[in-house]
Amino acid sequence: MSDLVPTPSQTVGPFFHFALAYEGGGQLVPGHHPDAVVLHGTVFDGSGAAVPDALIEIWQADDTGEVPQGLGSLDRDPTVFTGFGRAATTRAGTYLFTTVRPAVGFVTLAVFARGLSHHLFTRAYLADTDDSLLGSLPADRRGTLLATPEGPSSYRFDIRLQGDGETVFLEYP
Amino acid sequence: MPASTSETTQQQIDEEIRRIETDAAELVAAGATPERHPRRDYPPYRSSLLRHPTHRLVRVDPEEIERHSPAFGHTDVDPLEADLTIQHSGEPLGERITVSGRVLDGDGRPVRRQLVELWQANSAGRYVHKRDQHPAPLDPNFTGVGRAITGDDGSYSFRTIKPGPYPWRNHTNAWRPAHIHFSLFGSQFTQRLVTQMYFPGDPLFALDPIYQSIADPAARERLVGHYDHGSSVPEQSLGYRWDIVLTGSRSTWLEPEDADE
Repeated sequence: MSDLVPTPSQTVGPFFHFALAYEGGGQLVPGHHPDAVVLHGTVFDGSGAAVPDALIEIWQADDTGEVPQGLGSLDRDPTVFTGFGRAATTRAGTYLFTTVRPAVGFVTLAVFARGLSHHLFTRAYLADTDDSLLGSLPADRRGTLLATPEGPSSYRFDIRLQGDGETVFLEYP
Repeated sequence: MPASTSETTQQQIDEEIRRIETDAAELVAAGATPERHPRRDYPPYRSSLLRHPTHRLVRVDPEEIERHSPAFGHTDVDPLEADLTIQHSGEPLGERITVSGRVLDGDGRPVRRQLVELWQANSAGRYVHKRDQHPAPLDPNFTGVGRAITGDDGSYSFRTIKPGPYPWRNHTNAWRPAHIHFSLFGSQFTQRLVTQMYFPGDPLFALDPIYQSIADPAARERLVGHYDHGSSVPEQSLGYRWDIVLTGSRSTWLEPEDADE
């Protein structure tokens, strides 16, 4: 049991781009990497409008299942896979990462936005499996965690913060 | 349903805030644990209305990858990035301060060698951001972005200037208390935190729906740094201290498979 109570979260606010977004943030591997895949999508609010001021982070194992521990997520070295990426949504509410398929099947995402007081965790599954999370979800919500393949090397993963098709968001006990 | 943003007065926002705080206090009085984080569904903060999930979060044991965190180090961050007052040719305007403290986990252990990012408005309350239309002056000698890697004792320290309060459009005559944004990583990704540090005694606290979105008064006070004369530097800067606690999943320490890692 923990003794200290956590410092509370606060929204990332509207003006984070100049501080948190950085060159190459969405490029976990260069586009010409032989196993590169694109993971992209749109963030929507409860009215179905795109969210142009969200920040998405991904964190994932590599294609052998290893947990990356290399430095260089902020100052990219194309020879090191760090497993971490960060991308702000565009004015159209879209985000895009270039990465590799994680051997464990999913990518973990953290979603931050103006109006969102505490970030949300979710997972994008690039392959349909029945792991303990997917297996536990009702049929009508399970699909929100499955990225849609678009050809051999691209996956679409839309994030719906609220309403119809609301993405399954996670908490860790 | 709350009135539309443009017509809403501070008094209406205050009433909504107090009602929620009273409800939360009653829950605590009835035996509930005080709320430690802000409510995602917090109508006085109008932008939250369409941006909070309505389903309960799904509890899941973290997988191995989630019980680790990205690694950052001195190849990512230059030590000079912790000084926001030396990023341009001249001195920034405003009250020079230091903000320092420690990053700890829920068991009080230091979060070592991890990334701390910080960003803020200038002393006039203006961000270097093209969408910030507040007609206060930009400061050519201040960007307002800093980064640091924590020490082996979890410590961090930034040198900067005190940010100004600024207006926003949540309701009529809405002002944010002066604050510094912080972004933190722990030793597992489940500890990820983005938050804001405030300054003691700010008269805008009671009026601000972002600060008040944390319904428990003791919890929101954890966001207020304290003035520390011992870290003030003669003729140079006033010192503020603020410790940060990152609690993530507790399963890390219960999983036997961790033993051989």
